[in-house]
Amino acid sequence: MKTLRGKAWKVGENVDTDQIIAGRYLSLTDPGGLAEHCFESSYPDLVAGFARGDIIVAGDNFGCGSSREHAVVALKALGVSCLIAKSFARIFFRNCVNLGLLPLECPGAVEAIEAGDEVRVDPISGTIENLSTGVVFDFKPLPPFLEEIMAAGDLTMFVRRQLRETDEL
Amino acid sequence: MGLTITEKILARSAGRELVEPGDIVRARVDLVMGHDVTLPLSILEFERMGATRVFDPEKVVAVSDHFAPAPNIKAADRIKMVRDFAHAQGLAHYFEPGCGQSGVCHAILPEQGLVLPGFVVLGADSHTTTYGALGAFATGMGSTDIAAAMALGETWLRVPESLRLHYRGEPDRWITGKDLILHTLGKLGVAGAIYKAMEFCGPTIDGLAMSDRLTMCNMAVEAGAKNGIIAADDMTEQYLRGKTSRPYEALYSDPDARYSATYEVSCEELQPQVAFPFSPDNVRPVQEAGEVSIDAVIIGSCTNGRIEDLRVAADLLRGRQVSKGVRLIVIPATQKIYMQALDEGLLAVFAKAGGAVSTPTCGPCFGGHMGLLAAGERAVSTTNRNFVGRMGHPESEVYLASPAVAAASAMIGRIAHPEEVVA
Repeated sequence: MKTLRGKAWKVGENVDTDQIIAGRYLSLTDPGGLAEHCFESSYPDLVAGFARGDIIVAGDNFGCGSSREHAVVALKALGVSCLIAKSFARIFFRNCVNLGLLPLECPGAVEAIEAGDEVRVDPISGTIENLSTGVVFDFKPLPPFLEEIMAAGDLTMFVRRQLRETDEL
Repeated sequence: MGLTITEKILARSAGRELVEPGDIVRARVDLVMGHDVTLPLSILEFERMGATRVFDPEKVVAVSDHFAPAPNIKAADRIKMVRDFAHAQGLAHYFEPGCGQSGVCHAILPEQGLVLPGFVVLGADSHTTTYGALGAFATGMGSTDIAAAMALGETWLRVPESLRLHYRGEPDRWITGKDLILHTLGKLGVAGAIYKAMEFCGPTIDGLAMSDRLTMCNMAVEAGAKNGIIAADDMTEQYLRGKTSRPYEALYSDPDARYSATYEVSCEELQPQVAFPFSPDNVRPVQEAGEVSIDAVIIGSCTNGRIEDLRVAADLLRGRQVSKGVRLIVIPATQKIYMQALDEGLLAVFAKAGGAVSTPTCGPCFGGHMGLLAAGERAVSTTNRNFVGRMGHPESEVYLASPAVAAASAMIGRIAHPEEVVA
């Protein structure tokens, strides 16, 4: 996994998936179309200013509420390179791993990163560096089984391999 | 050391003697469910996985409930995709309004006897926690997880720590499962049970009807819980009688099971609860709501659209009128409930009171269709979430409450206690 670098966008506590993508857009399946409506009501300026590779930095319980995978699809299509939060809601966390979007739990980094800071994430060494201040944090690595899914690219590729192996037996 | 009911179910499904919180297990699943919002993504991933057949067409259930009946062409396309998949895979259970048995997924699966005690149930919907009311382990997942489960018949799960929520005391006549869970959410907060199992027990739960138990487990996810669960008892057996003849082996927590925390909830003094915008944990007793005038009342959903809920609302509304300026929308959660309400004259009560009665759908609950809110409007709703823009415009407001509070509020035009309309 390669090093990620981008500008930090900060969002608050308990940001639910309705805020990430509202229910009225759930009949859309086109990722780009979903991305246009990310954070539409709660952070209306985010989409216009967001550059591919930027990083979202959130408080506790990020992604709570609805199981809609559209939320992760939309964030990926927006160009989010990784998510840093104090904690994640569990379904959302699974969805991130399953779609290959890195969810990093690191309360210290969340406190130490301001909106607009340049942030570098090194998944191999397990560090988050705030390039604007020079402060470095270690993040909690994913459990090995989840690392395997991320390494395959996403859960779909992981299962594809498993199904193929079963066929060959 | 003993095990909790959740740990025992996961151990059994993983073919293990023992599991501990934090263990990651591969669990066999007994039932997998998806609906018209989440399944289209699952179907695409299922195909990308190279899968051709679901692991067992008896154990995969598809439900068109969120957008069905389709309000626009995009939704119609999504529903068609789900319907075509269900037929092509020969699924034993596909539900859609207008095609016989239908309804909101979390209402119709228990109603049709598809969920049994001890089951592991996965649903591509966060309110899958509902089925825990039958002593099953049930949790929500995203579309890709559900695609994998449909292909493999198994999933990975982290064994959760369990919270023991012990309720005692005879509650007041207006107190329902909705009030118990809203009160609990107020105490725990929306992240109070994150990643955990919420095990509801105690004398109050023992005396609670299945409809109320389903409501409580439904909203366990609003505290961030992985699952809500109530051990099977006589009430469960009675509920299942006539719905299924399949045998099951229920599991129970050991007396020395380990819990990460225990909460004692005393129910005698509890008052009807209302969750204010914009969070289900922002609760207060209805007497402390103040003057909150409203524009709409929604009675329905997987949380409170069952026949018991409609009876309570109809008892209050019988022979009365909805307040001028308030619109009432009543949505029985399944076709069977709709028919029951028709036979019992409940639908006539709602219609005569000036209300609109809809065919089963999730519609307004998630801001999809069938009665959304305009900017500045307020609704009392028996649904489960009141996030910003949940039921319409981002500047609208949703107040969550029981069917009794909702019906009383519809008559008075502001958030009201049912006692205010019972002369």
